[in-house]
Amino acid sequence: MCSTCGCGQGEKRVEDLHHDHAHDHPHAHAHEHDGDDGHWHEHPHTHADGTTHAHPHGHDRAHADDHHHGHEPGAARLVTIERDILAKNDAIAAENRHALQAAKTLSLNLVSSPGSGKTALLVETLKRIGGEYPASVIEGDQETTADADRIRATGAPAIQINTGKGCHLDADMVRTGMSRLGLPSNGILFIENVGNLVCPAGFDLGEAHKVVIVSVTEGEDKPLKYSGMFAASSLMVVTKTDLLPHLDFDVDRLIDNARRINPTIGVLKLSAKSGDGMDRWMHWLETARALRLATD
Amino acid sequence: MHEVSLANALIELVREQAVAAKASRVTRLVLEIGTLSHVDAHALRFAVDVAARGGPAEGAAVDILEPEGTAYCLDCETSVAIAARGALCPHCGGAKLLVQGADEMRLKEMEVV
Repeated sequence: MCSTCGCGQGEKRVEDLHHDHAHDHPHAHAHEHDGDDGHWHEHPHTHADGTTHAHPHGHDRAHADDHHHGHEPGAARLVTIERDILAKNDAIAAENRHALQAAKTLSLNLVSSPGSGKTALLVETLKRIGGEYPASVIEGDQETTADADRIRATGAPAIQINTGKGCHLDADMVRTGMSRLGLPSNGILFIENVGNLVCPAGFDLGEAHKVVIVSVTEGEDKPLKYSGMFAASSLMVVTKTDLLPHLDFDVDRLIDNARRINPTIGVLKLSAKSGDGMDRWMHWLETARALRLATD
Repeated sequence: MHEVSLANALIELVREQAVAAKASRVTRLVLEIGTLSHVDAHALRFAVDVAARGGPAEGAAVDILEPEGTAYCLDCETSVAIAARGALCPHCGGAKLLVQGADEMRLKEMEVV
């Protein structure tokens, strides 16, 4: 189970724990004091669970007993906020995006399940770019620098971000990575996210595009199961197509499912191992990079 | 998805807003979590409860509003309500739906003392 997001088998347990002490009390109680021409007002009180609410009630002009009503400024009040919960992340992502624009750097956020072949695709891609234009990589993983080591072996600059127990990169981690790595001006910054099709969908890093990678050893229904990620991605890359003769995998069904979630998603099929389809991927990258260079 | 990260971001926002509102305690949070946002409300409640400990919103009640999803159908060219991504158009049965709303995750208001 992912201990940061609480996803996985722990979820049910979470629900039970919560119900042990949840005390939802959204309604107001009204009660009347024994007075005839009394006025109405409210005063708040706090329950043991921290719920505070006001009880409107009327009462007599005079308090015969020791019953005091709070009119002090500490009374409960409602404050309108209307702020996105991830506003802070989104603000940092906007800074990243601005810095990337200024450096004319195309940035791609590569997302997938673990084991889809993201790193293998990147290694092959960097070999093919071969220094023709600058390219560097931010590697996100929970542990180890293994992936960054594989990338650096191609000669491309790479920095590893270990998220520890975190299951996704956030904009602040990428900002730190960008400042330590330096931006590949007029080139491409690949951000390889943590292998996870759920959490990274919600965190904008400042990238130009999310690219979702699915290998043919996975299920055709992945887009339906993890729709948030496919909805957020501009391109789906289907990898390991060299294995297709050995599998019952239906690529067309995968594509239909992806388009059902996101009618405008682009699709590429390739094998980093055999090289099939790599030319089209390289062409997509060059076109996206040209668009970045051509526009502010 | 990432409910603990979300809860931490939320509680940080709550802390700031509590200071701005000169509140000593936050007793209720009203959140808007779109049905298409892929946030599990139960997991989020639990995560908020834990994240709030030791701060001004400790023990605060959490109300979650879940607005339904809306999408534009490219086949019959109308706006429709949908319960999930990947749903078919309730009018024409088409599968080409552009989701337009209900993936928001917002702190709408809070009750403070």
